[in-house]
Amino acid sequence: MNVNQHTPMASPYGQPQPGYGQPGFAPVDGGYPAPYAPYNGPASAYQPGPPPQGPARGPPTSGAPSAPQQYSQYSHSQGDMQNGPPPMTQAPPRPAASQPYNQGAVNLSGPQPSYPQHYGPQPSMQQVTNQMTGMQITSGPPTPAGPGYDPPHSSQPPVNTAYSAAPPHSYTQAPPPASSAPTQPPAPSGPPASQQYYGGPPPPSQQPFNSSLPPTSQQQFTSHAPPLPSSQQTFPPSSYSGPAPTPSHAPAPPVSQPQQSFPPTQPPFSSAPPPNSHPAFVSGPPPPAQGSFQPRAPPPSSQPGSFPPHGSSPISMPSGQYSGPMPPQQQPPPSQLPPYHSGAPPPRVQMPPTSMAQNNHLPPGPQGPPGPPGSMQQPPPQPGIQGGYPPQQNGAFGQVRGPQPGYAGPYPGQPNYGAPAPAPAPAPAAQKRLDPDSIPSPQASDMPAVQKSRHRIDPDAIPSPIQVIEDDKAKSTEPFATGVRGQAPPLVTTNFQVKDQGNASPRFVRCTAYNMPCTADMAKQSQVPLAAVIKPLATLPPDETPPYLVDHGEGGPIRCNRCKAYMCPYMQFIEGGRRFQCGFCSCVTEVPPHYFQHLDHTGKRVDCYDRPELSLGSYEFLATVDYCKNNKIPQPPAYIFLIDVSYNAVKSGMVNIVCQELKTLLDYLPRENPEMDSVVRVGFVTYNKVLHFYNVKSSLAQPQMLVVSDVSDMFVPLLDGFLVNVNESRLVIESLLDQIPEMFAETRETETVFGPVIQAGLEALKAADCSGKLFVFHTSLPIAEAPGKLKNREDKKLIGTDKEKSLFQSQVGFYNTLAKECVAQGCCVDLFLFPNQYVDVATLGVVPVSTGGSVYKYTYFQALSDKERFLNDLRRDVQKLVGFDAVMRVRTSTGIRATDFFGSFFMSNTTDVELAGLDCDKAVTVEFKHDDKLSEETGALMQCAVLYTSCSGQRRLRVHNMAVNCCSQLADLYRNCETDTIINFFSKYAFRGLLNNPTKAVRDTLINQCAQILACYRKNCASPSSAGQLILPECMKLLPVYLNCVLKSDVLMPGADVSLDDRAYLRQLIGCMDVPESHVFFYPRLLPLTKFESGSLPVAVRDSEERLSKGGVYLLETGLHLFLWVGASAQQELLLNIFGTPSFSQIDPSLTSLPVLDNPFSQRMREIIESFRAQRSRYMKLMVVKQEDKSELIFRHFLVEDKSASGGASYVDFLCHMHKEIRQLLS
Amino acid sequence: MATFPEYITQNEERDGVRFSWNVWPSSRLEATRMVVPVSSLFTPLSERPDLPPIQYEPVLCSRATCRAVLNPLCQVDYRAKLWACNFCYQRNQFPPSYAGISEVNQPAELLPQFSTIEYVVQRGPQMPLVFLYVVDTCMEDEDLQALKESLQMSLSLLPPTALVGLITFGRMVQVHELGCEGISKSYVFRGTKDLNAKQLQEMLGLIKPSATQGRGPQPAQQPLSNRFLQPVQKIDMNLTDLLGELQRDPWPVTQGKRPLRSLGVAMSIAVGLLECTFPNTGARIMTFIGGPATQGPGMVVGDELKTPIRSWHDLEKDNAKFMKKATKHYESLANRASTNGHIIDIYACALDQTGLLEMKCCANYTGGYMVMADSFNTSLFKQTFQRVFTKDVQGSFKMAFAATLEVKTSREIKVSGAIGPCVSLNAKGPCVSENEIGTGGTCQWKICGLDPSTTLALYFEVVNQHNAPIPQGGRGAIQFVTQYQHSSGQRRIRVTTTARNWADAQTQIQSIAASFDQEAAAILMARLSVFRAETEEGPDVLRWLDRQLIRLFMFHLRRSPFLQVFNNSPDESSYYRHQFNRHDLTQALIMIQPVLYAYSFNGPPEPVLLDSSSILPDRILLMDTFFQILIYHGETVAQWRKAGYQEMSEYENFRHLLQAPVDDAQELLHTRFPMPRYIDTEHGGSQARFLLSKVNPSQTHNNMYAWGQESGAPILTDDVSLQVFMDHLKKLAVSSAA
Repeated sequence: MNVNQHTPMASPYGQPQPGYGQPGFAPVDGGYPAPYAPYNGPASAYQPGPPPQGPARGPPTSGAPSAPQQYSQYSHSQGDMQNGPPPMTQAPPRPAASQPYNQGAVNLSGPQPSYPQHYGPQPSMQQVTNQMTGMQITSGPPTPAGPGYDPPHSSQPPVNTAYSAAPPHSYTQAPPPASSAPTQPPAPSGPPASQQYYGGPPPPSQQPFNSSLPPTSQQQFTSHAPPLPSSQQTFPPSSYSGPAPTPSHAPAPPVSQPQQSFPPTQPPFSSAPPPNSHPAFVSGPPPPAQGSFQPRAPPPSSQPGSFPPHGSSPISMPSGQYSGPMPPQQQPPPSQLPPYHSGAPPPRVQMPPTSMAQNNHLPPGPQGPPGPPGSMQQPPPQPGIQGGYPPQQNGAFGQVRGPQPGYAGPYPGQPNYGAPAPAPAPAPAAQKRLDPDSIPSPQASDMPAVQKSRHRIDPDAIPSPIQVIEDDKAKSTEPFATGVRGQAPPLVTTNFQVKDQGNASPRFVRCTAYNMPCTADMAKQSQVPLAAVIKPLATLPPDETPPYLVDHGEGGPIRCNRCKAYMCPYMQFIEGGRRFQCGFCSCVTEVPPHYFQHLDHTGKRVDCYDRPELSLGSYEFLATVDYCKNNKIPQPPAYIFLIDVSYNAVKSGMVNIVCQELKTLLDYLPRENPEMDSVVRVGFVTYNKVLHFYNVKSSLAQPQMLVVSDVSDMFVPLLDGFLVNVNESRLVIESLLDQIPEMFAETRETETVFGPVIQAGLEALKAADCSGKLFVFHTSLPIAEAPGKLKNREDKKLIGTDKEKSLFQSQVGFYNTLAKECVAQGCCVDLFLFPNQYVDVATLGVVPVSTGGSVYKYTYFQALSDKERFLNDLRRDVQKLVGFDAVMRVRTSTGIRATDFFGSFFMSNTTDVELAGLDCDKAVTVEFKHDDKLSEETGALMQCAVLYTSCSGQRRLRVHNMAVNCCSQLADLYRNCETDTIINFFSKYAFRGLLNNPTKAVRDTLINQCAQILACYRKNCASPSSAGQLILPECMKLLPVYLNCVLKSDVLMPGADVSLDDRAYLRQLIGCMDVPESHVFFYPRLLPLTKFESGSLPVAVRDSEERLSKGGVYLLETGLHLFLWVGASAQQELLLNIFGTPSFSQIDPSLTSLPVLDNPFSQRMREIIESFRAQRSRYMKLMVVKQEDKSELIFRHFLVEDKSASGGASYVDFLCHMHKEIRQLLS
Repeated sequence: MATFPEYITQNEERDGVRFSWNVWPSSRLEATRMVVPVSSLFTPLSERPDLPPIQYEPVLCSRATCRAVLNPLCQVDYRAKLWACNFCYQRNQFPPSYAGISEVNQPAELLPQFSTIEYVVQRGPQMPLVFLYVVDTCMEDEDLQALKESLQMSLSLLPPTALVGLITFGRMVQVHELGCEGISKSYVFRGTKDLNAKQLQEMLGLIKPSATQGRGPQPAQQPLSNRFLQPVQKIDMNLTDLLGELQRDPWPVTQGKRPLRSLGVAMSIAVGLLECTFPNTGARIMTFIGGPATQGPGMVVGDELKTPIRSWHDLEKDNAKFMKKATKHYESLANRASTNGHIIDIYACALDQTGLLEMKCCANYTGGYMVMADSFNTSLFKQTFQRVFTKDVQGSFKMAFAATLEVKTSREIKVSGAIGPCVSLNAKGPCVSENEIGTGGTCQWKICGLDPSTTLALYFEVVNQHNAPIPQGGRGAIQFVTQYQHSSGQRRIRVTTTARNWADAQTQIQSIAASFDQEAAAILMARLSVFRAETEEGPDVLRWLDRQLIRLFMFHLRRSPFLQVFNNSPDESSYYRHQFNRHDLTQALIMIQPVLYAYSFNGPPEPVLLDSSSILPDRILLMDTFFQILIYHGETVAQWRKAGYQEMSEYENFRHLLQAPVDDAQELLHTRFPMPRYIDTEHGGSQARFLLSKVNPSQTHNNMYAWGQESGAPILTDDVSLQVFMDHLKKLAVSSAA
């Protein structure tokens, strides 16, 4: 796509505005529409976005468009971006914000094809007009890019018309600027209008600007204005904003403003234009302004004029929006260019004017690059400019990454730029590191960098997750010893061995920061969340020893008298070993005589290494009867299977499959000693509108069914014979499982109940006085008359409104109460859903989520294709080790406190996490807050103790200890962070926030906090450098890309085809994910499978369509899905090896497993797939995606660096946006 | 007509009717003075093997308020083909089918010997018999095993087409689905929540497309079975297995607690199930309980063992907190069941009380059986239960279902009420008296369960005014029309028409006096007093009785468990009264005044006075109290027996002597329902108390010395003896009041 875009860009230029505008638009519209909507929110926040969006939206979709429009704007910018990563550079200025997005969108342009479609409709919209210009341009070029675009173009036509016809209007909007920048012909005409609109021509326009765009644009401008000079170079964007410097840019801004103002007046036009214009303008003009700016300011005006015309060409970026403004600028730019050039970056900007605009924009957003490219291309005509731009972008980015490289390259070889940019990719990482230091590099150099980054079309110029992952792998060759306090462990994507030397293994506990700030002020300043993700019962790899079991005898575990912390390596023995001082609260406690031991000369107990609790980070205590409920040794737990036997369940084959499977599965109930039979008892219930309990007592010849139809007042009809030992009752159970499918084969009952089902299980466990787990297999919304009856409340209209949050809340309070009862009894609920339509996962999931259970969802379950996935999930779920009736308590050093908890559990007070069930896959995220100061000497300690009943009925305490450093320098904090864990925390925090806040607010909060983190770093830790530089801490350089993935997730930004259930499901699912799972969920693993090196996995590639080669085959894994993407021109041999067919067209897209072929390639591939599956807690169904097949849409959804169909920004765009946010914070 | 006794016997045999007076005083005033009202004991299904089944329907009087059945007492005009109703004097045309009628060609209903006649109704579907077992599972394994065997045995006694159902209960109530293959299914209900028929219907999934169902006789209308009630022939094996696998209620019973027994809900569900599936069809709900209901509606005692079940003492002190509520619950069940013609039987086998007091109405209103025993593992229960399924010579059960009894009277007399296992149908009519005695205010009663010995006491009132003399030779007539479902499934109508002469009390007092049926009167009065005892407070009844009556029976009646609650639990009282209210005259007499036979070497067995003087050392006594058959060996005889003389060939006569009462007892045991408790005891034996409590305490510790020592055994009681009673009575009789 990018390429395409580029070309378009070029053409736009060639073709002037029209071409550009259109192209830009087209793409924009298409891709953006969806993306935008969501983004708009953010975008709006971004100021640039908003203004543009407003207008833009109006036009594009007009109807739905609003979002689209925004998008479109973005898209434009994006489009630009795509076209020319350069746009990015342009974007930098205000546009930046918008553009960044746009760029993102642009990148998406890759997807453009799809976009086109979107566009088709939307384009028609008014946006066209404004965008028209841009559109046209883009279209020109784009056409090649995507036929899809054409349609948009059509829409564009209107634009043209608009232009032509309404030129004034459009102009008016744009005009102002244009007028200001009379240079362009259109401008003139436009100008008047615009001026009118603006009230006052240029000046007014400016004012308007402020008013309209005010926030961003103005601010940026203003701010930039001053900075402009200096900053400009570094960041076109920054410069932009700054530069936009009222004066020179003023015109431009005005234009943009006008546009905004326009929107009102001229919906279509205005809208489209406004956004574009603004962004474009701002960006466009500003940049120039920035560059040489002030002087140019005037030019901008001229530019504006040119813009309209250029609009299109300008920057395709702005394509739509910009087009208008851009053109003017462009034109001016050219002229200006020279000056700019002189001004260095600016010139380029101008050149690119169009591009510039874009560029400018770009700069702001990391995406800048893309824009630039486009612009660049366009620029080509104006080489100089382009050259200049790219650098800027790079700079922007570069600053972040390695401005230097960018710099060098940029400037000189702006032309090279394109090339450089890509190359940078690898460098980036290094650059980033360098950045902080190197950042200082001259602005000039920055500029180039920026441009590059804009061009960045090569995302290679921005931090690459793959690079980071691979670097970490390369670095982590030694086993990780936990003994060193404050040492961050290898990344979750790295295979490493752990040696427990006194702190818990990262497999149990991962922290966001291994160097905690000493004071609350620091913590607040940095905004880095202080949290730990704890997976208390994690399964360790075979080469690591599971926690030792410690028995302290009848007195129970030895604990601190005051804070009740358990004996651990942080306890300091004193007075010859007769007492110990607690590391958490400093209280001194007597050592019980039976535990006494002498100390050696270092003050350590001589038996220190004989006792796990004195030398290890994780271990278990055997709990005494005092730790048991009601002071009674617990009964072994029970598993109850509750199977829906309504019509849908039977017809889908679910009932049959479950019953068949249980016959064998029951032999694999969890046990601690593999030699012994499991002590877990089982029970069976089936249900539709009524419940059927089964008596499977071993003495019976046949099972007995007991029907309870009084669902309003649930009870358990039998005690003896309901919960049985599998071995004793095997024959009866088998007979039962054989008969269940037969009995209900002819059922016509379609209604089901749900609340009473859980009640039944709960009552059964109560009656048996034990804890246990319910496996509920359920198909439909429980509409039968019974407690917990639900209504269908799926209402797409609520999405995006303040009421959206209610859709994530439980529909009735019944389930919350029920969950509480379940927890009290230690009744964990696992829910397997097989819905054919809305089932209200948000409500049904309440009990599983509160009891430490899991929800599995198999939408449109088909026995044939989904059986494997379901069965593997079921097997794993039944077999996995699990603790019951657990209580988790996190104790910490004085100075911090565990204040918040995230995960699947229930809390009846503020400190105890109650888990009816806790299995080896469940993680709890704990947030810490300061309540006092910490000291650097002692560091911060935390001890997580989980009291639970093992599957053999033993009561145990698992203790994990973790010590981290404390720091008084922010730099130390930023040096020891773990982005993956931070993302885990952020996602959980945000997803929980959805319950009480509008989605948009949640997204904004996330972005804001992230920006603050980075801004704080930039301000306090990075060596002085131009404000335009984006400088990321080494440990967090992936924060933007990952955060973008979180923001783009279906939960926070639903596409049109994402059901409410899916969102609720994911929301609940992520709530208890640990770091490795959340990582791959948000940033899927994409492996090229064209050839294998022996033994090792191929190096993954980034999640972007541009990384896919048509001739390749790729495997993408998200932890929930597994795709095998086959390029359309994959070699016959490859296909033959994998599918056994040489023809691409003969590949069966419905395959769920690869054919077993006798060749090393096939074998290896299946091994890889298996190993992936083995790593995840849920079985991933394989989906074969053929390039250009329908299913590719789904696949693309997981290419998270690209624009998403639902409006998610591309990585580049988002980075730009992030940068803009940071700069705002800094200024 | 020979003597009155003969006349009475003949009437009883032919019509199953015994009147207290066989000649009626002709005016209300005189009748009132007679103290004992004109009343009758009527046994609707008294066995008449000689009755020909009449395969057509009865001819009814055309007057809407009369509808009396054509009978031998009607005047018939053979030429005009007219008949005059002897109750309302309406002249009626014979129906066309009687065209050939003449003096020599009379239909059976006109023949005098067919004053009782039975019609078989051909209309309507043949309804299957329905037997619904309601089984308690909270009992000892031994008991449960015995019960299961009895139930399994009973299946073989049912006609193959009969529908059976099974409900078991303990802490929960289970309605078993029958005839399912493989897995046996049951619907389970909480034992603490009562359900109405509609809820039950929904929960059992019995909702039928009722819209299409009419009340008509279309045979297809009503499914003759459903999942819970299936023909024996179809699910015989299945049910046998099901019963075999029945386990004791598995819910744990902690120490010091009674098992939770949801009897009230179980019965409610049984009633509800039949109510919504077989309304107005003969059906028996047979309830087997091993203890009191301890939870839910109908509970009679809490589950704490430390709280004993209510006694008469508690009742008097109004200290039985569950009683009223439970009684109300069971009463409503009884009413629902009787409305639909369903019988509720109660087989209560436990050492302690089971709540019969509260549940009595279930059996009493519906004509069900109430059987009380110590355990299901006793022959008393087993044989009694088996006897329920006794068949007559035609192979039909000796039971009838869903009967209604209608009484029609001539103008001079009206019906005041009935006492027996029936409920009022509230049918007002010209022959209903304003004076209520027993269950009155109606001329129709519903008797859901009838057997050949079921006997109702019917009370009449002479309403003829003193100034409206009845013509000489006039007769008052009463017609009893009993419609019922025969155990073969047919509907039948039995019509008994009877008439008695009127007499002017002033002029013909002797003939009225001579027509007095002392036995019938005693039973009738006894029923009345028991009825009052049931409905009023105790001591008053005795006083009323003392004032009202006389003679021997009343002495024993006063001491009988029907009126005396001392030493009886409320359950026992209820049980005795229940039996007394439904049995025929002979049995009832035995209940009031036990029969005592003496066996000795001095002669053949002879009846002796029920008096302590009859207890002699060298006698063997056989006492039949209806509820108990007791063989008492006198002191000497007991010693002989202990010494083993009967084993010696030279004392064969002694062996015969010992055997004779046993044989006689066996005979009684084999015919009586419910089977009496059989007691074999001897002088000084603990169980001899049964005998000592019954005999007239002519010798007590107060007077034994006065009477001399030569005979009899002293009874240690403060009760007055017959002698004292009589003396007192005489004094009263002669003195003022009367």
